[in-house]
Amino acid sequence: MARYDRAITVFSPDGHLFQVEYALEAVRKGNAAVGVRGTDTVVLGVEKKSTVKLQDSRSVRKIVNLDDHIALACAGLKADARVLINKARIECQSHRLTVEDPVTVEYITRYIAGLQQKYTQSGGVRPFGLSTLIVGFDPYTDVPSLYQTDPSGTFSAWKANATGRNSNSMREFLEKNYKETSGQETIKLAIRALLEVVESGGKNIEVAVMTKEHGLRQLDEAEIDAIVAEIEAEKAAAEAAKKAPARES
Amino acid sequence: MVYVTSQRKDIVRNEGFRTVIIMKIDFSGLESTAPLCGASSEMFDGFSTSPSFQIPDTTDFDDFQKEAIQMVKPAKGTTTLAFIFKEGVMVAADSRASMGGYISSQSVKKIIEINPYMLGTMAGGAADCQFWHRNLGIKCRLHELANKRRISVTGASKLLANILYSYRGMGLSVGTMIAGWDEKGPGLYYVDSEGGRLKGTKFSVGSGSPYAYGVLDSGYRYDMTIEEAAELARRSIYHATFRDGASGGVASGMLCFIMWDQPDGRSYLVMTLGNFTICTIQLNQPLSSRRCPKLEFLCYSI
Repeated sequence: MARYDRAITVFSPDGHLFQVEYALEAVRKGNAAVGVRGTDTVVLGVEKKSTVKLQDSRSVRKIVNLDDHIALACAGLKADARVLINKARIECQSHRLTVEDPVTVEYITRYIAGLQQKYTQSGGVRPFGLSTLIVGFDPYTDVPSLYQTDPSGTFSAWKANATGRNSNSMREFLEKNYKETSGQETIKLAIRALLEVVESGGKNIEVAVMTKEHGLRQLDEAEIDAIVAEIEAEKAAAEAAKKAPARES
Repeated sequence: MVYVTSQRKDIVRNEGFRTVIIMKIDFSGLESTAPLCGASSEMFDGFSTSPSFQIPDTTDFDDFQKEAIQMVKPAKGTTTLAFIFKEGVMVAADSRASMGGYISSQSVKKIIEINPYMLGTMAGGAADCQFWHRNLGIKCRLHELANKRRISVTGASKLLANILYSYRGMGLSVGTMIAGWDEKGPGLYYVDSEGGRLKGTKFSVGSGSPYAYGVLDSGYRYDMTIEEAAELARRSIYHATFRDGASGGVASGMLCFIMWDQPDGRSYLVMTLGNFTICTIQLNQPLSSRRCPKLEFLCYSI
């Protein structure tokens, strides 16, 4: 199979585009990212590598906004992410200019996915090595949305999803524990999913919450720690409750 | 492109009573100051004179191109108007087409359906208006298919304005109003071939527009009924056709209709037959669901 992974425009005999699949591998090595959609809130959470001492952590933002009402988190090659985000931001403004309306989440997701696909079907370029989670509110219907794109250029809408490292375990957790939530409950669900795979806890996650009224808000460490503490307390209470009936019987 | 600002009036020629100035563009500034060879000789005289070309006979070099376009651009001989009121947006137009002093048609349909919820009016070049409205209809439909939602009146007018702007200066003549319904309610925009685009509640376009504005402005109230609005529109167009030679005419009919959906699903079609009759027809099915086939029939039967 080694002969079929040189130029990405070449299909292998069994129908694979190997470069795209290798790009997906790069995504799997990237940091964990999770997104959860609530009824009035959407939450993005990203694993943060423990801060290197001399680095100014404010310059490394993993959750960015594309417009006032749309935010993006990604897993994979960060440099590719920067290029893709810049193009998406320009497209958001260009759309505002040509039709005097903000983009819908679906539109900008389609645009990003289209870009990613273009780079799988051109000569001399490689695919973008990142999967994105795009959240936002539609400008008119106020419906919250969560979309995911991947290096092959496919996209779909999700109620909750995870990408990056250990995304399978996070997704399993979400599938087991997802229910319609709103406000603080949505944030808790996202952080619980992240805590499944992130080692130490509050210091290593970055969470951003988007609501219709307030736009994107990055939670600061104190808030995250408080929520993590709540979650741990709930977990302990649940375990105690489990043990208590067992002892009684 | 080199812009040369200096002009040298080289030769002044007297032709009888008229003095014609032949102007040549002065490129001497582009020549190098050092001569090609030591002494200038007869052989090189042709090369050492500054290159120049003759430019058209005009006293105003900077503006002559604008004049040429003005000559080609037909005056918008028509009267169209549209206004927003409580029940929706009323669109009205005369029906005369003129080619200079010749009236080519008295029964032109100047209100064009871009799609079932948007109307455009025709003023200026008939072919330009018809073609670009149809083109806009295509773009609106493609937007609907791609985005699973209708385009807003804002967006549609912006698309048209951008297209017309890119053809600016090439002789298009379009003075149109885009009127329609979208999620924000009734919308009305004026778009012209200079690339201008204005949002408003009352517009009138064409050579008869001053007359129409007079009647429209004096009679307009936001909370009119449909019948009152139709009567106002009819009167405005009628008075414009009365005084403006390029609009309407003696026995000209007038088509004026409004299509819209009320939240509870009622739709109305208001038509004027001739200059004096207004009829209001309530339709049983809302127009937004799909194109009402009977609607076209009613329009063309007049």
